[in-house]
Amino acid sequence: MSTTLEPPGTPAPPVPHPGIKGAAVRRGDRLFVGLSRGAGVLILVTMAAIAVFLIWKSIPGLQANTANFFTTAEWFPDQKPSVFGIAALTFGTLMTAGIAMLLAVPVGVGIALFIAHYASRRLASTLGFVTDLLAAVPSIIFGMWGIQYLTPHLVGLGQWLNDYLGFIPLFANEAGIYSRSILNAGIVLAIMILPTISAITREVFVQTPRAHIEAALALGATRWEMVRMAIFPFSRPGMISASMLGLGRALGETIAVALMLSATYDINIHITQPGGITFASNIALKWNEAGTIGLSALVASGLVLFVITLAVNMAARLVIARRAEFSGAN
Amino acid sequence: MADLTERERHGSDELLHAALAGGKLPRWAVPALGVGAVLLAFLLNVTTSVDGVAGTLVVAVLIFVGAQTGWSFRVEGRRHAVDRLATTGVYATFLIALAPLVAVLATVIVKGAQVISSTFLLTSMRNVSSVAEGGGVYHALIGTLEQVGIAALIGIPLGILTAIYLVEYAPSARSRRLGHAISFFVDVMTGVPSVVVGLFVYTAFVLTLGMQRSGFAGSIALTILMLPVVVRSTEEMLRIVPRDLREASYALGIPKWRTILSVVLPTATAGIITGAMLAVARVAGETAPLLLTTFLSQSINNDPFSGPQASLPIFIWDQFTRGTDASVNRAWGGALVLIVLVMLLYLTAKIISRFTGVKKF
Repeated sequence: MSTTLEPPGTPAPPVPHPGIKGAAVRRGDRLFVGLSRGAGVLILVTMAAIAVFLIWKSIPGLQANTANFFTTAEWFPDQKPSVFGIAALTFGTLMTAGIAMLLAVPVGVGIALFIAHYASRRLASTLGFVTDLLAAVPSIIFGMWGIQYLTPHLVGLGQWLNDYLGFIPLFANEAGIYSRSILNAGIVLAIMILPTISAITREVFVQTPRAHIEAALALGATRWEMVRMAIFPFSRPGMISASMLGLGRALGETIAVALMLSATYDINIHITQPGGITFASNIALKWNEAGTIGLSALVASGLVLFVITLAVNMAARLVIARRAEFSGAN
Repeated sequence: MADLTERERHGSDELLHAALAGGKLPRWAVPALGVGAVLLAFLLNVTTSVDGVAGTLVVAVLIFVGAQTGWSFRVEGRRHAVDRLATTGVYATFLIALAPLVAVLATVIVKGAQVISSTFLLTSMRNVSSVAEGGGVYHALIGTLEQVGIAALIGIPLGILTAIYLVEYAPSARSRRLGHAISFFVDVMTGVPSVVVGLFVYTAFVLTLGMQRSGFAGSIALTILMLPVVVRSTEEMLRIVPRDLREASYALGIPKWRTILSVVLPTATAGIITGAMLAVARVAGETAPLLLTTFLSQSINNDPFSGPQASLPIFIWDQFTRGTDASVNRAWGGALVLIVLVMLLYLTAKIISRFTGVKKF
């Protein structure tokens, strides 16, 4: 922490604690503190305002809704009577994000390990840059690539899963169509959250105290044993929170998912079949056709998404913060 | 205890030697196995039902992993076999991550390059139907530059000021609680989905304050998305400005605000610029919040404060979802323009940070 010295004041008449309390508070300082504190407070206000406005504007829709908001799968808010609920959205969001996590966490940790401890230093900085580039590709481009280029290549995977693992309902495909499925959307999401997970994990891996690493190696551990005994225990909280931040991104991803899924409002566990809709993609797809109640319904679903991602992110940050307190290893 | 016989001693030496040096796979083992696995997989591809590039590759990798682990297990023992398995896994994950990046960039460049021309860059979509060829991205490019520019003008100073508060003032403030709260919520804000920010701007500024859906409303959303990124990167840069510099300045009787403006910020400028550019690059491709807060226009609108204004992401979304050959091609052209824009920002930022930046003392 950079606790700085108080700026020395002008020679002042004798005061009890010269140099500390006696420092004159200048107008420039007062203005500057005010400005910078104001900017900080504005962030708090914005966060509060997001919550307040989402709650306020979702009330009309929730009042008009004649169905159970949490257990209904349909989405007809502008009908009379208005019927909508988040069951299908919740299912689609959790499934796509879940698949993304399943694929991206091991790969992301692997990349981070490779860059932090397997590649040579010069190679590592280039590779770090390359994975960061992946993070810079806009999500709409991932969506277009996913539906036009990747989907045809994933048909084989879907068929393989159906042929060999089809006895598990999850992988069975009775439709014989393999595009616009939850699985495909999950795979694209995995690619998109990879840089988030690997960047943060890499940072934590690099912080592993050299002494721990060298002690493990000096005891004759192989590199993998060193990773398991020195790096993983030290980095576990960081890895968990990196994964949760990735999860947060996967839950809120909009445009790529909107392009990848077929937007059907049902709960279909056959993840290789066309189907699925998520909170975020539903908002993007229904926005321009929504009436007053429709808008309010979308805001209500956005509120649920906000609360979920807020919870995930806060948990992730708390895990990191707790680690910062007791990692006196350095 | 009786002394060890000569033979026993010799035997234990051998054991010790085996434990220390152990058997080792020859240096050529890994490349040889790699080539062998690929050849065998290719053979299987030709002779059996294994087919397709992906399938053959998977088979090759499986053969390689199996052979290497088995051989290593025989010669080097379990621990080294596991180590080799892990190393292969780590290398493999990296190739897995590289593949989509290369594929995405290649697709965008190949498909986009077919459309890009000076007409495409310098005309709008006014009076061009979705099935017709022609038209361009000019109106969207103007929109994106203005919307992102305004967001940067608001977001970057606010972000820098917040970071200054967190680094310079919060630690010595009487109550630390405000600093902690801001710091925590900056982090949480990074994770707020962009579509939720779009909803917020729409409900607060359009529905409640009566603002029009316009380029400026989009800018507000982009500002909110950019803010936490700027704060975090600036904060990191300010923290590595050496304390000696600040204290030298105080010792000369320079007030704190002047010290921050003339000593701390200039030292960290390069880093701050890098962070800001990365933040700009991040929001330049945001589609969802603009979809909710701006109206698409097919014509050139230079005024972000009134009327519908296009932007690159919305242009791409619109053209792509129209679904005709001509419009999908235009979407890929727009994607190439967008990705070039983002990558330029990104590369410039990285170059600045590599060659300048705060020196760690």
